[in-house]
Amino acid sequence: MAKLESKTPAGPLADKWQRHKTEIKLVNPANKRKYEIIVVGAGLAGSSAAATLAELGYRVKNFVFHDSPRRAHSIAAQGGINAAKNYQNDGDSVHRLFYDTLKGGDYRAREANVHRLAEVSVNIIDQCAAQGVPFAREYGGLLANRSFGGAQVSRTFYARGQTGQQLLLGAYSALSRMVGQGGVELHTNSEMLDLVVVDGHAKGIIVRDLITGAITRHSADAVVLATGGYGNVFNLSTYARQSNATAIWRAYKRGACLANPCYTQIHPTCIPVSGDYQSKLTLMSESLRNDGRIWVPKKKEDAKKNPADIAEADRDYYLERIYPSFGNLAPRDVSSRAAMRMCEEGRGVGETGLGVYLDFSDAIKRLGEPAVRERYGNLFDIYHEITAENAYQTPMRIFPAVHYTMGGLWVDYNLMSNIPGLFVLGEANFSDHGANRLGASALMQGLADGYFVIPYTIGDYLAGQKPGAKTLTDRAEFTQAEQNVTAMTQRFLSNKGKQPVSHYHKRLGKIMWEHCGMARTRAGLEAALQKIPALRAEFWADVLVPGSADTLNQSLEQAGRVADFIELGELLCRDALTREESCGGHFREEYQHPDGECKRDDEKFGHVAAWEYQGEGQTPLRNTEPLNYEFTKMSVRSYK
Amino acid sequence: MVAEKPSKKLFSVTLRVWRQPGPAAPGKFVEYPAANVNPDMSFLELLDVVNDGLTVKGEEPIAFAHDCREGICGTCSCTINGKPHGPGHGIATCQLYMRSFQDGDVIVVEPFRAKAFPIQRDLVTDRAAFDKIQQAGGFISVRTGAAPDANSIPVPKEDADLAMDAAACIGCGACVAACKNASAMLFVAAKVSHLGLMPQGQPERDRRVLAMVQTMDAAGFGNCTNQYECSAVCPKNITHDFIARLNRDYAKALFRTRFKPVSGAAAGGAG
Ligand SMILES: Cc1cc2nc3c(=O)[nH]c(=O)nc-3n(C[C@H](O)[C@H](O)[C@H](O)COP(=O)(O)OP(=O)(O)OC[C@H]3O[C@@H](n4cnc5c(N)ncnc54)[C@H](O)[C@@H]3O)c2cc1C
Repeated sequence: MAKLESKTPAGPLADKWQRHKTEIKLVNPANKRKYEIIVVGAGLAGSSAAATLAELGYRVKNFVFHDSPRRAHSIAAQGGINAAKNYQNDGDSVHRLFYDTLKGGDYRAREANVHRLAEVSVNIIDQCAAQGVPFAREYGGLLANRSFGGAQVSRTFYARGQTGQQLLLGAYSALSRMVGQGGVELHTNSEMLDLVVVDGHAKGIIVRDLITGAITRHSADAVVLATGGYGNVFNLSTYARQSNATAIWRAYKRGACLANPCYTQIHPTCIPVSGDYQSKLTLMSESLRNDGRIWVPKKKEDAKKNPADIAEADRDYYLERIYPSFGNLAPRDVSSRAAMRMCEEGRGVGETGLGVYLDFSDAIKRLGEPAVRERYGNLFDIYHEITAENAYQTPMRIFPAVHYTMGGLWVDYNLMSNIPGLFVLGEANFSDHGANRLGASALMQGLADGYFVIPYTIGDYLAGQKPGAKTLTDRAEFTQAEQNVTAMTQRFLSNKGKQPVSHYHKRLGKIMWEHCGMARTRAGLEAALQKIPALRAEFWADVLVPGSADTLNQSLEQAGRVADFIELGELLCRDALTREESCGGHFREEYQHPDGECKRDDEKFGHVAAWEYQGEGQTPLRNTEPLNYEFTKMSVRSYK
Repeated sequence: MVAEKPSKKLFSVTLRVWRQPGPAAPGKFVEYPAANVNPDMSFLELLDVVNDGLTVKGEEPIAFAHDCREGICGTCSCTINGKPHGPGHGIATCQLYMRSFQDGDVIVVEPFRAKAFPIQRDLVTDRAAFDKIQQAGGFISVRTGAAPDANSIPVPKEDADLAMDAAACIGCGACVAACKNASAMLFVAAKVSHLGLMPQGQPERDRRVLAMVQTMDAAGFGNCTNQYECSAVCPKNITHDFIARLNRDYAKALFRTRFKPVSGAAAGGAG
């Protein structure tokens, strides 16, 4: 049974973080350079953490599987980043951002974590502006804002449709500066394949060099994982193709608890699937919902018609109709399920019937095409490239797709997992978004964790540790972990199977989407829990991985990642099955209000479920951390 | 979710692909026929399909770099029919769709070729030299926590917009691959211009441009001879006007250092 202490500080909500910062232990400046810290990942969370820890004087080793830190998946975020700056004078505040985020997460996150996130949000914007991030500006030279789903204020900062890119390049520049100064040792093309735990503490990792195939051991006084989300367990998603769960999954197998894996987010505005060869789904930023209106035909018979031939009176702007106060800006889970229901009613559009319209004609009438182009031009271009359609003239077709994972490794208030010395940041942890993440809050959380939380909280752990993990790589734990990795590689390469890795990934994705996607049922999840182990057995018996271990071998890379996804998929379904309620992104058809909204069960499930590995073939253990709301009332989320 | 579309007209092409087993090994072109090509498929999805076919036949698949598949991460990097990122305009390789080709086409696929980008395998090259250039000076030295309120320094919208035009660079290296001298001037110009257009970037302006240009030269990139093949293939349409800006910044910085030495320029800034 893992010990799950949230370590939430005492005191009034608004004082907790300030007080905690003054109370936790510090490492003095001269001692910092004696400590080595491994940071895996250089997305927003990893690069901001690596740069900041190095600035403080720690010796940092940064590992990424990408060929450059700048290519982390964070680069693809389009829409923006939230912060409680209240520059618009529209009534925003730290408390309001806290409340919106907590409510948006359907009351399944820790109050104290979310409040801290809202507090540091303002520092993030300052930091990024100082780095030269070219945020959108008004003519007076001040920062511009837009609004995002789940909020009634305009608090989202953005850089055209490339906010993630610009924030990541900012963090990458800070990281590059520290690499240049020798504060960070950068390892690109380096994939972490195991975590090494020595005497109960995380002390290192095993890495494969993706170019030469060399397997190496790396020790440190603490290990920070910032390896992103696991949405590619669904195969098709808005994630980059290479995003994977291997780092967190292998840490899980070493004892780190994985919390709330069933909290996955489906984004309402993506370009619909076109064929079986499809490798990814492209997101159309949620910001489009500021000016676009979503509709389907009122009558099924109209679904296949050209949208221009459907009279205004025959269109159903269903979000505006069902959720009058939030309208097209209803939160993601709510909007996605509404789209699904429309398609189930047979009113879905496009050749597959799996699509709804996102229409800009009103906005173009109101603002003029140039203004719309200025706001969303690059998104319209992307849409055109993929579909060969002009969205200035005909409405976009969109459909929900897997987009984000709220679940992740369990961490306490200090962002430390239940394995001492193992910290988890960004999308890889479970901490701040509860059962549903609001738009523009992931970038905020990644940078909050990396710039403003870990630099303090890691000191509290390190201050209690003698520096000098250097000598550890000869320990049996390292040898065993390395053998583990080599054995898996050998097993893949010597398997004389018949099917490429992608075959299994596609099949896993179909099982997951069908049984554990937008709507879940007991029967479906039970079926998935039969199908996935069978798929796993087939995978190991029949996967074909060509090539050798000592070269760049992309099939081998994929094989390891898909092996992990299959196992993780099973856990995800198990988590979804045991959580007998609906909340946020986790929708169980058995638990809904008459109007189709989520029906939570706070009494039975007002807790975090943190799964603990029990060994191969064993059912994992479900630990719980109660969510004690001291300051807010868990209420029914309503966006009507 | 994967519901088949009623069939589009499928067609066939031949891929002529550069295969090279390792950095030191000799490479050669190998032809692969591809049938049942759907015009809505992306070019990289076609490579996926071809690779699965090779795997099943017991051959090693074609190594190619890719990740986001939406033109923003800068990982994909194929020269297609002699043009970096292929026949489209303002797109990366991953944004090229098969509807750009016709039945019977022979499509020649090579890695980005440049001395500073050694081939690692097949279509995958090593572009770490770009990171080195950034590490030398592609930043504003601001420690975490040391920033003033974001609105305390207004930035004229025109400057911010122009900075954003430059900052849109995805670091793919197409500019280098397109240049007959394999120059990285457009890449460096984009970063220098982005930071140089922002008021926050002024204090280190001279040091930055000198350090970045020096590192670029040391990494084996060639000189710019103003042919502007670079901006013609740039997936983000970054204009060569930024190169003129870089040249001006560099000349000014050189001139100013005559009178006042810029310390630590080559050592990566003063921190
Ligand atoms: C298309 C899209 C648009 C989005 N738009 C927005 C938005 O507008 N606003 C918003 O707030 N959020 C948005 N999000 C979500 C947000 O982008 C992500 O949640 C966030 O960027 C994740 O950052 P991260 O640092 O946690 O991980 P990532 O950026 O995914 O970085 C992971 C890093 O870990 C490394 N890594 C992973 N595994 C290993 C391993 N085993 N070994 C070595 N290295 C490893 C990778 O190389 C990489 O550097 C969007 C997401 C998508 C998919």
